[in-house]
Amino acid sequence: MIEIRFHGRGGQGSVIASKILAKAFFMEGKYVSAFPYYGVERRGAPVTAFTRMDEKPIRAKYQIYEPNFVIVLDPSLLSAVNVLKGIKEDGYVIVNTMKKPEEMRKKLNFKNIATVDATSIAIKHRLGSQAAPIVNTAILGAFAKVSGLVKIETVMDAIRQAAPAKQEENAQAAKDAYESVIMGGD
Amino acid sequence: MKMILTGNESAAWGARLSRPKVIAAYPITPQTSIIETIASFIANGEMDARYIRVESEHSAMAACIAAQNTGVRTYTATSAHGLALMHEVLIWASGARLPIVMSVVNRAMAPPWSVWTDQLDTMAERDSGWIQVYTQNNQEVLDSIIMSYKIAEKHNILLPTMVIEDAFILSHTSEGVDVPEQKKVDDFIGEYNPAFKLDPEEPAGFGSLIMPEGPYMEFRYKMALAMEEAKKEIKKVVEEFNETFNRNYSPFIEEYRTEDADAIMFVLGTIGSTAKDVVDSMRSEGYKVGVARLRYFRPFPAEEVRRLAKKTNMIGVVDRSYSFGPGADLFAETKSVLYNHTDIPVKNYVMGLGGRDITPAILRKVFLDMLHIAKEGVADKEIEWVGLQGDERWS
Repeated sequence: MIEIRFHGRGGQGSVIASKILAKAFFMEGKYVSAFPYYGVERRGAPVTAFTRMDEKPIRAKYQIYEPNFVIVLDPSLLSAVNVLKGIKEDGYVIVNTMKKPEEMRKKLNFKNIATVDATSIAIKHRLGSQAAPIVNTAILGAFAKVSGLVKIETVMDAIRQAAPAKQEENAQAAKDAYESVIMGGD
Repeated sequence: MKMILTGNESAAWGARLSRPKVIAAYPITPQTSIIETIASFIANGEMDARYIRVESEHSAMAACIAAQNTGVRTYTATSAHGLALMHEVLIWASGARLPIVMSVVNRAMAPPWSVWTDQLDTMAERDSGWIQVYTQNNQEVLDSIIMSYKIAEKHNILLPTMVIEDAFILSHTSEGVDVPEQKKVDDFIGEYNPAFKLDPEEPAGFGSLIMPEGPYMEFRYKMALAMEEAKKEIKKVVEEFNETFNRNYSPFIEEYRTEDADAIMFVLGTIGSTAKDVVDSMRSEGYKVGVARLRYFRPFPAEEVRRLAKKTNMIGVVDRSYSFGPGADLFAETKSVLYNHTDIPVKNYVMGLGGRDITPAILRKVFLDMLHIAKEGVADKEIEWVGLQGDERWS
């Protein structure tokens, strides 16, 4: 079983991202579950969401404590939340940031870090506003590249089907992130 | 068709496929997305039903009662305080023998406020005369609504039904769900054929005053008989559903690796799903444990529980609520039906209240405690609260 944890802020679309990723896996014939950690959510407050994927039916009905992947939609969360909590030693952290993985390593004491400038990609495709770009679809493209667990074409199709608006722009944002993500580590 | 649906979307689909004519509902977290989904089905013309917006859950159930009395199928959904507010009219619905189907998303009762899962809300309605079915995944949520209409509407049953799902763990969790074809569902449950209804051509009154020598007691007795009879109908309908829709539901108790088990965990809802993974991992280490998940708490399948007890040396009953009586409800009823039938130890584990997460690690500790009791032949205590803050035994 592969377990993925999303960290974002209310309004950035972390919960939707967890669902779209589940949909993409599902379209490739995998078993999935996706769920939010429900606090009383407010715009801007830290939000956590989860996706599970397996080759067999998923019976686990509890939160994810030891994720294989952590996806950080907002780099400012790195000083607010311990995003590395419980992550598997050979796991991967994907951060939305302009910085390179080796720079991030100064802040995050972890081997496998990938970075992608999802914010600029989202602004380029006019997703959300300049001040509050919506990066959730772009970051999924980065996940496809880093994990190798799902095809970018499937992620783009899942986005086209699930995005409430600007389907093609969202799908292209994922493709841009797929092509521009920088993987540090082994 | 396979779709990715949350538990609440699955409930909405279950209702849509069952073709109720009237939906009356009031929003409450974590139920709201059920009625929102249904509202959009109706607004988009995908569902032919009258949606009545009401000012409270009490009114929602009252509207369902009135509508069902005119001879149409109805549906509603609620949680926690909404269900508690319905209490008076829940008893009216069952006493009036109206086969209403309602989704209940199990949520804790305040104070302190908590929107997370806890089974106190439905346990507090165990005596309301409603059938109660508890589910472990979104497929079962959808399927159980369809089966519930078919069972409830039989003229020898005529009892309303709560289809119950854990808050967030199901209600807001997306899973792959097989949504059956409308035609197949239509053929399976058929047109609603009310046993009686309000009809201006043949005026009649329902629910009027009767004196102590009148048939009040007989009304309750007939309900008791119908609840017993429901056991037979549940078995038949579940078997027919499995056959028609290619599913594999056990009517009353889903058993997992219980044959030859030294100790069996007895649970309701999603805990039973996680526990299967724990059973597999402990079995691979040589621990002989199993899990049994009760689906129907009403009617309570006494014979099946007694048969379960014959397979093992110890039963650990997990309750996600507490009743301030002799243990929590599932425990109290399990012990009650086992009395005079077996002397194996039975212990109550109260856990997961207010949505506190039930992890494989804590279930493993409970299984180890159960195995110890099975070996000793006697429980160290009857009731154990598991996972309280600061209790190192379970942390």
